[in-house]
Amino acid sequence: MYPDNLRYTKEHEWVRLDGDTAVIGITDHAQQELGDIVYVDLPKQGVAVEQGKSLGTVESVKAVSDIYAPLSGEVIEINPLLADAPEKLNEDPHGEAWLVKIRLRAPAEAEKLMSAAEYQTYIGAEK
Amino acid sequence: MRSRVRPNISFNEPLIFERSSPGKVAYQLPELDVPAADPLAALGPENTRSEIEDFPEVSEVEAIRHYTRLSTWNYAIEYGMYPLGSCTMKYNPRINELVARLDGLALTHPYRPEALAQGSMEIMARLQASLAEITGMDAVTLQPAAGAQGELTALLMIRALLASRGNPRRKVLIPDSAHGTNPASAAIAGYAVQNIKSNDAGMLDIAALEQSVTEDVAALMVTNPNTLGIFEENIVHAAEVLHARGALLYMDGANMNALMGIARPGDFGVDALHLNLHKTFSTPHGGGGPGAGPVAVKQSLEPFLPIPRLRSVGKKWAWDYERRHSIGRVRAFYGSFGVLVRALAYILAHGGPGLRKVTLDAVLNANYLRKKLEGVYELPYQSPTMHEVVFSDDRQARHGVRTGEIAKRLIDYGFHPYTVSFPLIVRGALMIEPTETETKHELDRYVEAMTQIAEEVENDPEIVKGAPHETRTSRVDEVAAARKPVLRWKPV
Amino acid sequence: MLDVIGAASVEDLFAHLPDAARLHRPLELPPGLSEYEIVRYFQDRASQNSSGFASFLGAGAYAHFRPVLVDTVVSRGEFLTSYTPYQAEISQGTLTTIFEFQTMMCQLTGMDVANASMYDGSTAMAEAAMMAVRITGKGRVLVSRAVHPEYRQVLRTYSANQGMPLEEFGYGPEMGTLDLEDLDRKLDGLTGAVIVQSPNFFGIVERVREAAELAHERGALLILVFTEAVSLGILRPSVEADIVAGELQSFAIPPSYGGPYAGVIATHEKYIRQMPGRLVGQAVDSNGNRAFCLTLATREQHIRREKATSNICTNQALLALMAGVFMTVYGKHGLRELAEQNLAKSHYLAGKLRPRFCGKFFNEFAIQLEGKSPERVNRRLLRKKIIGGLPLGRFYPELADSVLLCATETSRRADMDTLAEVLA
Repeated sequence: MYPDNLRYTKEHEWVRLDGDTAVIGITDHAQQELGDIVYVDLPKQGVAVEQGKSLGTVESVKAVSDIYAPLSGEVIEINPLLADAPEKLNEDPHGEAWLVKIRLRAPAEAEKLMSAAEYQTYIGAEK
Repeated sequence: MRSRVRPNISFNEPLIFERSSPGKVAYQLPELDVPAADPLAALGPENTRSEIEDFPEVSEVEAIRHYTRLSTWNYAIEYGMYPLGSCTMKYNPRINELVARLDGLALTHPYRPEALAQGSMEIMARLQASLAEITGMDAVTLQPAAGAQGELTALLMIRALLASRGNPRRKVLIPDSAHGTNPASAAIAGYAVQNIKSNDAGMLDIAALEQSVTEDVAALMVTNPNTLGIFEENIVHAAEVLHARGALLYMDGANMNALMGIARPGDFGVDALHLNLHKTFSTPHGGGGPGAGPVAVKQSLEPFLPIPRLRSVGKKWAWDYERRHSIGRVRAFYGSFGVLVRALAYILAHGGPGLRKVTLDAVLNANYLRKKLEGVYELPYQSPTMHEVVFSDDRQARHGVRTGEIAKRLIDYGFHPYTVSFPLIVRGALMIEPTETETKHELDRYVEAMTQIAEEVENDPEIVKGAPHETRTSRVDEVAAARKPVLRWKPV
Repeated sequence: MLDVIGAASVEDLFAHLPDAARLHRPLELPPGLSEYEIVRYFQDRASQNSSGFASFLGAGAYAHFRPVLVDTVVSRGEFLTSYTPYQAEISQGTLTTIFEFQTMMCQLTGMDVANASMYDGSTAMAEAAMMAVRITGKGRVLVSRAVHPEYRQVLRTYSANQGMPLEEFGYGPEMGTLDLEDLDRKLDGLTGAVIVQSPNFFGIVERVREAAELAHERGALLILVFTEAVSLGILRPSVEADIVAGELQSFAIPPSYGGPYAGVIATHEKYIRQMPGRLVGQAVDSNGNRAFCLTLATREQHIRREKATSNICTNQALLALMAGVFMTVYGKHGLRELAEQNLAKSHYLAGKLRPRFCGKFFNEFAIQLEGKSPERVNRRLLRKKIIGGLPLGRFYPELADSVLLCATETSRRADMDTLAEVLA
C-alpha cells in the first residue's frame, strides 16, 4: 500500500530522496482523513523550509491542515497541477499529486524518517 | 405518526439581474427644487462614471415578488424550532421591531447635539445599568458590534491593565472546547494561545490550570456554562488561582441564558465578559447579523473602556472623550444602537423575575430533551445539564452514519439542524439548545423526529445519508463551490 | 416534564451549582412591563430626542430616503428571524440575496469580488489594512488625515498589538485633497498599505490614481475607503485600488444614532483567500439545480481559529439585505439620479456660501465661519429648527473655525436658504 521507495513522517508526509534533492507529498492516510480537498497552499520557489515547521496547508471544505516539512531545504519546484486540480491529491497522493521539490540543506535529517513498513505500523497503531 | 414536511408552492426565482430589462424602474424621487448640477462640471470627467453596468432594472412589483419568493426558501424561527447549541435561537419579539423603528430613535444622526439625543443616551444608560445588574459587574460598554468584537475589546482592556501594572504578558489560556472566535480574538489582541484540556466530567481541569498559569499568562478565556452545557463547578477556585498569580478571568457570555437571576459572573470571579444580545437578549439574527457584543467589567478594568463613555452631568447625559487610559475606539460612533433598543425592550418586558424564569425554562427544556434522548444517542458526559446538551454520534457511526447526515435528515422532519460537530472535543457532536421559547408540544415533536431518525439509521441508513429529500434545494455540492469559487453573477 | 427528568422542582436543576457562585437575592430590576408600557417608554425617549429639525450633518452617516419596500422585505420572518445560512438547503433565500448583494457591490466598485459585509465602514477599513499587511508581508500602514477621524481611531486600536506601525500623511490646505508630496516622503519599502478615502471626510473627490501609483511603485497596496455609498452612483470606480472598504449606511440603513450599520470589503480575484468575512458562492445541488452556499469558510475563525483571516463571525446580513433591496429599487438609473440630486442640492447650498476647499466635492463641503464660533452659529440655527454642520475643531484643530455641511436629496430649498442666511 505504501510505496517502499518513499520515506514517511508522523505527520503523514512522504519523501522521495534523489541525491541532494527530495520530493515531498502527503500520504494516502492524510488525504483520507481530510476528505475532498479543495485547495492547497504551497510556498513559493526559493523559500526556505525547516524540518518540523509548517510549509503550507491543505484544505477541505471544513478543515485546514498544516503540511510539515519532513526535511530542511529550499523550494526549487512546485507542482503546477494542484492549483487547478486539487482533487488530484485525493486521487494520486503518492504520485501525480506531489507537492514540492526541495534542495536539501541537511541530508542527514533523512535518517529520522520512517520506512513504509514502519509507517504502516504507525498508522495501524494510531487507530 | 411521522410528521414530515410536505413541500408547498414554489417558484423558480432567478437572480434579480436575470429578471432585469432595460428601462424598468421601481424608484421614485421628487422633482428637484434647486437647479440641476452638471456632473462633468462639478466632478470633472475624469471622476465621473458612465452607467452602472448590469445593475438591476426591475419594476416595483417584480422587486417585491422577487424578495417574497426568495424568502419562502428560508427556514426561520417564526416557522419552528432551531435547536442550535450555543446560538440561543429564542423568539424575537415583534415589539422590538416596532420600537426600534420609531422615527425619533431610528432617524437620529450620531453627531446630533447631545441636548437633542438625550432619549437615545437614556436608553443606552438604562441598558448598561440593566446588564451590569444581570451580570454582577461594575461597568459596561455597549460599543462592540458583535460577540467576537466584544471579546477583542475585553482582551485589549486586559492587556492595557496588565501593561499598566508593568507586564502585559504573552499568552492566553483557552479550553479546547471553546468557540473559534476566542483564539482568533486573542491573536488579534497580540496574545499567543495555549490550549487547556477538559477533564472527564467535561469541565476545566483545575490541576492542568494550576500548572499552566504562569507569569506569562494574561488570562483564561472561559465559557460558563461551557460549550457542553455544563456549569464549571470549579470556577470560583479557577478565579482564585488566576488572581493569585496576577492573571485575569474572562468569560465568553454566549451561554448567559443559563444564568440569569441564578448566578452572576461578577459574583463567581469573572473580571470581564462579553454578552451576545442576539442570543440571550432576543435581538433577531437576520440571516447572520447584526448582533451586538457589550462588554461588562469589574472596576479595575473600568479606566480602559472604549471611548466615549456615557457620563451623567446633573440630570443630563454627556459623552466623555477625556479618558486617558482608554484602549480607544473599536468602531465608529457609539454602538449598534438599533440592536440595543431591541435588547432593552426585551429586558423591560421580562423584568427581573421574568428573566429568571427564562433561565429556569431554558434549563428545564434542555434537561427534558436530554432525558428523552439519552437512550437513543450517546451522551459523552454525565455531568448535570444546563441550557444545552451535547450528544455524540458514536452509536450511529457504527452504522456508518455521522452527525452531519443526521442533521440533514432532521430537515425532512421540519426542523433546522442542531449544531453539528461542535465542540470539537466530542466526537461527532450533536449540540442541542431548545431555549425557553419551545413548548412541551414542540419538544415532543423534536424528540419524536430524532428518535425516528435513529431508527432509520439502523433500518434504512441510506435514507439518512442522502438527506434532505423533502426540500426544494437538495444537498448542495460545497466541495465544487470551494474548488472553483464563483462569488458573483456575470452576464453570459 | 419534571417527572420525566426525575426532578422535584425546576430549582433542583440548579442544585449542583456551588453556593459561592449563586445569586441569593432577586435581580434588582423592575418587574416586566406590558406591550403598551414598553411602547410608551420608547415613545417618551423618542420625544426626548426632539423631532422636526432639518439636519445638515453628514460626516460618515447620511440622511437619505428609505424606499418603503425595504422594511416590507426585511420584516418578513423568513429574513428577520432566520439564522446564518450554514444549512444551504433551507437558507437559499438569504444566500441568494447575499450573492446578489456581492454582485452589486462588485458592479459599483469595479472590483472582482466583494464579501457579505463587515460590521461597518470603520472596521472594514481596519480589516482591509490587516489584509494588506498579510498579503504584502509588510506591516507599515500610511493613512490620509482626510480619512474619517473615527475610522483612523479604530485602525489605531486594531493595529496596536499586531506589529503594524501606523503613520498619517496630510492634506493640502487649498484643495482639501491628500498631500502627494507628504505621502511620497513617507512611503518606504516597509509600507504594506496606503489608505485613502474618497469622497474624503471633507466631501472632496480624492486623487486616487496618483496615490495608487505612488503606493504601487513602493510595493504597497492602495486601500480605498468610502463612507457615502451614494457617491458610487456617479463617481468613477477606482479600479486601480487593490482593496475597497466602505460603509453602506446610505443604502436604506437608518442612521439610528450610530448603528447597526454594514461595511463591505471588495477586492481583486487574486486576493480572495486573504479576505475576511463571509462569502457566498454559486454551486449546484444533487439534482443539478443552481444553488448557493457559504464558501471558502476555511479562512474563518470557526475553522482556522487563531490563524483565521479575522475573528469576525457575524455578517450584517439583515442590513446587507436592506442595502440590496435599496440597490434593486433604485436600480441602474435610480442610483445615478439619486447621486445627481445629491450633487444638485449640495452645489446649490455651496453656491450661496464659500466652500473652504476648492477641490471637487460630492454632497459635503466645509465652510469657514469668519469671526463667528461654530457652536454659536449652530445654536442660532437650532432656534430655527435646523441642525447645522459638524464643527470640525473637534477633529482638526487647524479647522476650528469651520463646519462640515452635508446636503442630500432630503434637504429642502427653504431650509438651505435659511441656513445660508444665518451662515453668511
